[in-house]
Amino acid sequence: MADLSINFAGIRSPNPFWLASAPPSNSGLQVHRAFEAGWGGAVWKTIGAPVLNVSNRYGAWHYAGQKMLAINNVELISDRPLEVNLREITEVKRAWPDRAVVVSAMVESKRETWHDIIRRIQDTGADGIELNYGCPHGMSERGMGSAVGQVPEYCEQITRWVMEVARIPVIVKLTPNISDIVMPARAAVSAGANALSLINTLNSIIGVDLDTLEITPNIGGKGGHGGYAGPAVKPIALNMLAALGKDPVVGGSKLPISGMGGISTWRDAAEFLLLGASSLQVCTAVMHYGFRIVEDLCDGLSNWMDEKGFARITDVTGRSLQRVSDFSNFDLSFRAVARIDQQKCIRCNLCYVACNDTAHQCIDLMDKDGHVVPPQSYDIRTNGKEEAVNKRPSVHVREEDCVGCRLCYNVCPVEDCIRMMEEPSGRQPVTWAQISESHREVTEDWEKMKEYREKMGIHIH
Amino acid sequence: MTDIQLRTAHANTLNELLPPLSRNEAAVEAARCLMCYDAPCTHACPTHIDIPKFIKKIATQNLRGSARTILESNLLGATCARVCPVQELCEGACVLGTEHKPIAIGRLQRYAMDFAYGKGMDVFQPAKATGKRVAVIGAGPAGLSCAGELAKRGYSVTLFEKRDLAGGLSTYGIIGLREPVEVALAEVTMIAKLGVKLETGRELGTNLTLADLNTNFGAVFLSVGLGVTTTLGIPGEEHIVDGLDYIEQSKLDAPNLVIGRNVVVIGAGNTAIDCATIARRLGASQVTMVYRRSEKEMTAYAHEYDFIKREGVRFSFLTQPVRVHAESGSVNALECLRMTLGPADASGRPSPQSVAGSEFLLPADQIVKATGQEKPSIVSLLKLKTEKGFIQVDANFETSLTGVYAGGDCIRARGAASTVMAVQDGKLAAQSIHERLVARG
Repeated sequence: MADLSINFAGIRSPNPFWLASAPPSNSGLQVHRAFEAGWGGAVWKTIGAPVLNVSNRYGAWHYAGQKMLAINNVELISDRPLEVNLREITEVKRAWPDRAVVVSAMVESKRETWHDIIRRIQDTGADGIELNYGCPHGMSERGMGSAVGQVPEYCEQITRWVMEVARIPVIVKLTPNISDIVMPARAAVSAGANALSLINTLNSIIGVDLDTLEITPNIGGKGGHGGYAGPAVKPIALNMLAALGKDPVVGGSKLPISGMGGISTWRDAAEFLLLGASSLQVCTAVMHYGFRIVEDLCDGLSNWMDEKGFARITDVTGRSLQRVSDFSNFDLSFRAVARIDQQKCIRCNLCYVACNDTAHQCIDLMDKDGHVVPPQSYDIRTNGKEEAVNKRPSVHVREEDCVGCRLCYNVCPVEDCIRMMEEPSGRQPVTWAQISESHREVTEDWEKMKEYREKMGIHIH
Repeated sequence: MTDIQLRTAHANTLNELLPPLSRNEAAVEAARCLMCYDAPCTHACPTHIDIPKFIKKIATQNLRGSARTILESNLLGATCARVCPVQELCEGACVLGTEHKPIAIGRLQRYAMDFAYGKGMDVFQPAKATGKRVAVIGAGPAGLSCAGELAKRGYSVTLFEKRDLAGGLSTYGIIGLREPVEVALAEVTMIAKLGVKLETGRELGTNLTLADLNTNFGAVFLSVGLGVTTTLGIPGEEHIVDGLDYIEQSKLDAPNLVIGRNVVVIGAGNTAIDCATIARRLGASQVTMVYRRSEKEMTAYAHEYDFIKREGVRFSFLTQPVRVHAESGSVNALECLRMTLGPADASGRPSPQSVAGSEFLLPADQIVKATGQEKPSIVSLLKLKTEKGFIQVDANFETSLTGVYAGGDCIRARGAASTVMAVQDGKLAAQSIHERLVARG
């Protein structure tokens, strides 16, 4: 059985799953219960500056009957007194020596204030500190949270202050509300941080109520941007995680990264590990289903690792990072075409309409005799299930015209029904970067491009 | 449980069987629909309702648009949502049917229709008056559909109905458990609001003549349904209750409906099943359905057969009634013969043949017959050409009389008679009538 334990910048935990700094880790009672359920660690809900909260704090995005594909919130950092939090952190850490107890902090941008909070956290016996440079609402207007994370210089300055007094590992948590996540990460590296974590929540307005015309969630007639999180943000988080790993400075620093942003299942978790995370934080999924989900997070990850022959988390971390590249390095000669398994096809025609309306018009409807037929070609005086099912045309890809866009694959509701088959293009592998170097004129002049295509046998449909 | 307790427990059990979907149930079910392109459910529906379209409108909570989508193809969407054999039609063709549960199309349609009728929504406004008049004879589903479609196009339509209430079998002949009478009457009201003039108590051949119609109307649509329940021709038949009357009374005069303790229902079609359901649910302790062929040849839909078996109704297949035993007006048994199946008859089904000397008595204190209806009697009155006794029509639903069209059960020489087919006939005939009257200028 795979060993799920981790040592993250010196912070040890029996599995890589930590509660993210958020409502689930708001109190000793909750963290205690989470640890009972099996969580490897918890990043305590951010403590620091005094705050007051509002009600109607959480909005959610539901789609097609599926609840909470994303949540947004205008809740601030902990509104419980600092002393209460520090006392409970001390008690929890004492009760759970094998779990990772990390404390998230956010205070005014003053050296002494940061020194004070770091010292007080260290007195609790906590295993690490996470600097919250990410909250996009409430705290940012007061010059904290994302107001820091969005300015690499602030990020670096505060991290330096923290590192002056830190005796336990310090994790810098990054905001995704920035055009290039690498910049604040480099600042943190430069300031001597021990680790990074990402992503915090995204700026968002979750919606408008069509009955009342109020913003969701409604706070006394008003509403505004809040932090967006949950399954819907995962792809954004994965991209930012990979960007750090691929950056020569950040990736080269070998600082461990705690990944988060929409992790709901062990499958999501494995993807974060493969793209460079070595600890994982979870919030929205816990807020949806409770602490119990950690069981399958661990069980599923462990079973997958066993199947793949990965003995420990470090075997997985960053394993797919080498495959992350950018467009200029993709092989322009790589060719894939869609193939439909007629046995599995249920004839919903979703691939047909997607291809014909919005992609490359290379899927045909065919009747039983193999003739291409238009849609709605049945006699309107016929009806009944036998007639509808037996006369229904089947969908066929004209492979020679298929550009391999993969839209049909994405819309198909049946697993493994449409597969993207790798087909030899008959051309030598070549990248845009190589063409730019060897045939610069092709990248600048459509006539030259035409000649190049003809020469290489590239047909555009 | 004693019989008395059973009766109480079964009181009011002819209320609509399926509860309406809640908003959340409808949302979840609508979300499950894949939104097939050129969907097979739409092809399978005789009226070709754009089903994915109305379902996705439920998903987006555009219920007004959803209802309109349904009614554009089928003016009797509320009835069809309840009585359609969806297993044989839309739901039977659902692409999710093979590995998953098909979408509950019928119940979603009812959800949208309940919304529209609950809001008293006027979905359609009649077009500018054409000044042309059309007579529709018989206010069942085919007649209502035809009348409504023509009224939408601006025709002045008079709908003649011999009974007191319009709606035809939806009002009188489908048990309340499948369709409450209020649903049928709400549809009648909707058609009337389109400008259709309804005249009840008017019957062709009694107080209405073809000459009247020819004088006053540019075209006629016959939607007269079928005749009375067929005669068995057995001694004591006068003691047998007519199944259609039985159903009608259960809907419109339930307190006075007499239900036997031991009821025998003759027939094995959908009407027979409705009769057995009434008997069982209103207190009969034993209900037996008698059919001269076997289970395989039954004309009832498979899902209705499953339903009635779960109701605890017994079956006596290969059984031919030959005589009613009654004493001072009270039935006490049905004498029957055992049958075997011989070679195929005209209907293509094996012909039942009696076994000599196999007479036996089925004890019963009430016998109900639902053995099909006579062919439309109007045929001889109007000297119409027929096909197997049904009114013969061409591809445009025109009968052998110029300008006289027909649709619904009265023309159903082929295929199963159903409400939805009648609605489609009415719709297509309205189109033909429209083309005819436009062409005449």
